[in-house]
Amino acid sequence: MKFNKFDLDNLPNEGLGSVSEMERRSFLKIGMAITGVFAGGQLLSVVSRVNEVYASTTDFVKKYPYKPHYSMVVRQGLCIDCELCIKACKETNDVPDYGYRTRILTKTVSDAIGRKQEFIPTLCNHCNEPPCCRACPTKATYKDSNNGIVMMESKKCIGCKMCVLACPYEARYFNAKLRAIDKCNFCWDTRLSKGEKLTACSNVCPSGARIFGDISDPENVVYKMVLQIEQQVWVLRPESGSKPNVFYMKATRSSPWELRRQADAR
Amino acid sequence: MVRIQKETAERWGYSGIGAVFSSKPHLFLMLLLGGIAAAGYAVGMDGFFKGYHHVYGVTRQIPWGLLISGYIFCVVTSTGLCLVSSIGHVFGYEPYMPIAKRAVFLSMTFMLAGFTVIFFDVENPFRMAIYNVISPNFVSNMWWMGTLYSLYLLALGIEYFFLLDQNHSMSRFAGLLGVIFGVAAHSNLGAVFGMLHGREFWYGPYMPIYFIVSAMMSGGATIIFFTCLAWKMNREILDHRMERAIKAVCQLTTMLIAVIMFFTIWKIISGVVAPEKYIAIMAFVTGPHAFTFWLFEVGMGMVIPFFMLLRSKGTNYGLMFTATAMMLAGIFFMRYNLVLAGQIVPVFHGLEVEEYHGLLPYTPSFHEIAIVVAGLCFAFGAFMFGEKILNAHQFQKHEIVPAGAFICPGCGGIHYKKEGETHEEALQRHHRIRKAK
Repeated sequence: MKFNKFDLDNLPNEGLGSVSEMERRSFLKIGMAITGVFAGGQLLSVVSRVNEVYASTTDFVKKYPYKPHYSMVVRQGLCIDCELCIKACKETNDVPDYGYRTRILTKTVSDAIGRKQEFIPTLCNHCNEPPCCRACPTKATYKDSNNGIVMMESKKCIGCKMCVLACPYEARYFNAKLRAIDKCNFCWDTRLSKGEKLTACSNVCPSGARIFGDISDPENVVYKMVLQIEQQVWVLRPESGSKPNVFYMKATRSSPWELRRQADAR
Repeated sequence: MVRIQKETAERWGYSGIGAVFSSKPHLFLMLLLGGIAAAGYAVGMDGFFKGYHHVYGVTRQIPWGLLISGYIFCVVTSTGLCLVSSIGHVFGYEPYMPIAKRAVFLSMTFMLAGFTVIFFDVENPFRMAIYNVISPNFVSNMWWMGTLYSLYLLALGIEYFFLLDQNHSMSRFAGLLGVIFGVAAHSNLGAVFGMLHGREFWYGPYMPIYFIVSAMMSGGATIIFFTCLAWKMNREILDHRMERAIKAVCQLTTMLIAVIMFFTIWKIISGVVAPEKYIAIMAFVTGPHAFTFWLFEVGMGMVIPFFMLLRSKGTNYGLMFTATAMMLAGIFFMRYNLVLAGQIVPVFHGLEVEEYHGLLPYTPSFHEIAIVVAGLCFAFGAFMFGEKILNAHQFQKHEIVPAGAFICPGCGGIHYKKEGETHEEALQRHHRIRKAK
C-alpha cells in the first residue's frame, strides 16, 4: 500500500467556513449521547445498590463462617405479644425475675391506617462482630468457633459490666445467682446441645414470629427467608457494625402455614 | 514493725509516727476523715454481702453510675498529678521541681482511693485477680486499662521511693516509666468509652484525647489545692521556690482550663448537628441535666475558677485555694456527666417503642454515695497523714541542686556560678542588676 506524502505545514488554511452547521450539530449530538449513556448508567448502578445502602440483606448474609450458623428470623408482623416466649425462656434457662434474656417491645403508631400497634421481640443478636466479646477483659464472653453463638463462661466473669455497656441490643444483665452476666445463648446448654432443633422461644411461639434455624444450609427455612428479595429483611441498629444474626421482617398472616410453625423441627 | 534507721529517716524527711499527734485539730480532722472512710467502706461491704443489685441505683440500661464516676475522678486526678509534676522532675523544667514529692504522693493516694472505689463496683474482684492474668483479652480496652494502671501504680511507688531516697537519676527513670504507663493507661480509660461503637455519644477518638488533657487540668488544680491546704496546716512549706512552682502550675492550669473550655464548646456544637448525639447533648444543655452541667461542670469546674486563677496571678493563695476547691467539685460532676451522657439515651431509641421513650433515669443510691465519699475521705486523710509524718514533703536543699549551683534567695530558682564568682555576683548577673559604680 502506498501513502501519499502530506506536507501539512504548507497546506492552505481552509478556515472554519468550510465546516457546515449540520456537521457540527451532529458531532455535538454524539457527545451528548455518550455523556447521557454514561450518566444514565451511573444512575442505574446507584439504583442497583439500594440494598447495600439499606444494609439489609446483601451486607450480612453473604458470609456464614459457622456450621451450623445459628440464626433467627423475627417476623414482627406476626408477634401478638402473648409472651409465651419470655415465659418459656425463663423456665428453660432459669432466668430470675429481675432479668430477662428476651423481651418484646411495643410500638404504637396512633395515626396509622388499620393496625396501630406492633410488637418487636428482641434478644441477643449473636453478632458476627460482637462488641461485647471485644470489650470483655477476661474472655468470659466469646464467640463459639463452631456454631457462632455468643457464649458466657460464667466462672471467668469479673462483673465489670463492660459488655452490658458495649452491647448495642441491651441483651445482657447481671445474674446474682451465677455471679456473672447472663444472656441468651440460643438455648445451647439447655436444648440445642441435647439434640433439640429449636430454641425454647421459637418452639412455643404460636404465631410463627420467631423462626430459628441454620442460615448456612440452603434447605433451611431461615436461609430461604433471609435470601429472598420479595420481602424486605433488615437488622436492628446496622450502624453499630456488629453484623447481627437475628433478622427482622414484616411477614403477614397470609404467610404459608408450614413456614410459620416449623412443624418438622418440633 | 519495720524500724526506720535514724540516718534513713533523715534522708527521707521522715519525722516519725509521733508527728501525727503534734496538732490536736489536725489529729481530730484526720480521725474524722478516717472514720468517715471506714464507715463508707463498711457500707460498701454491706452492699457486697447483700448483693449490689439490691443496693445500687444502677440498672440494666445504665450499668455504670456514680462509682465509675468516682473511680474516673480519682484516676484522672492521679494521672494529672503525675503528668504535671513530671514536667519538673522527669523532664527537667526546674520551676516545677518542688511540687514533685507531694504530687507523686498524692498521685498514689488518689490511685489507691480509685482502686478502693472500683473494688465495690466490680462484682467479682477476686476473680478479676485470677482471670486478668490467666485469660487476658488483648483486644479489650478494659484489660489494658487495668493492667497498665497496675503497672503505673508500681512505677509511681518506685519513683516515690527513689524520690525519698534522694536517688534522682533512678527516680527520674521510674518517673518516665510512670508517665508512659500513665498516659497509656489513661488514654485506654478514654478508649474504654471511645471504642464502644454501639454508643454514639462516646464513640470516636475524642475521649482518649479529652481524658489526657483534662487529666492535666485536674492535676494542676489538685496540686494547687493541696499545696494551699498544706500551707494552711504548716506555714513553713512556702519558700521562694515553692511560691515560684505554684505560680508556674497556676499558669499551666489556667491555660488548660481554656483548652478544656474549647473541648466542651466543640463537643456541644458538633453534638447539636449530629442527629445521633443530639438528644444526649440537649439533655445537658437544656434538659434534666442542665443544672449539673451549667452550674457544676461549666460554672464551678471551668469559667469561675478560670477568672479567679487569672486574678490571683499565682500569688494570692486564698483565691487560688477557693478556685481550685471549686474546680475539684466541678470536675467531679464533669466525670459524672461524662459517664451518664453516653447511657441516658436508650440503645433502642431509634425504634420509637413505648418502653424506650425519652431519657433513662438514674439516681445514685445511698450505698454508692457512701463509697465515693469514703474514697475521697481516704485520699484526703492519707494526704494529711503523709503531710505529717513525711515532714510536709519538703525537698532537702542538696537534693536537686547540681554541683556549682545554688538556690537564689530572691527568686527561688537555681543559679549557676561561673568560675571565681561569688553568690552575690552570680545573683546580680542572673537578675541583670548593674553593679553600683
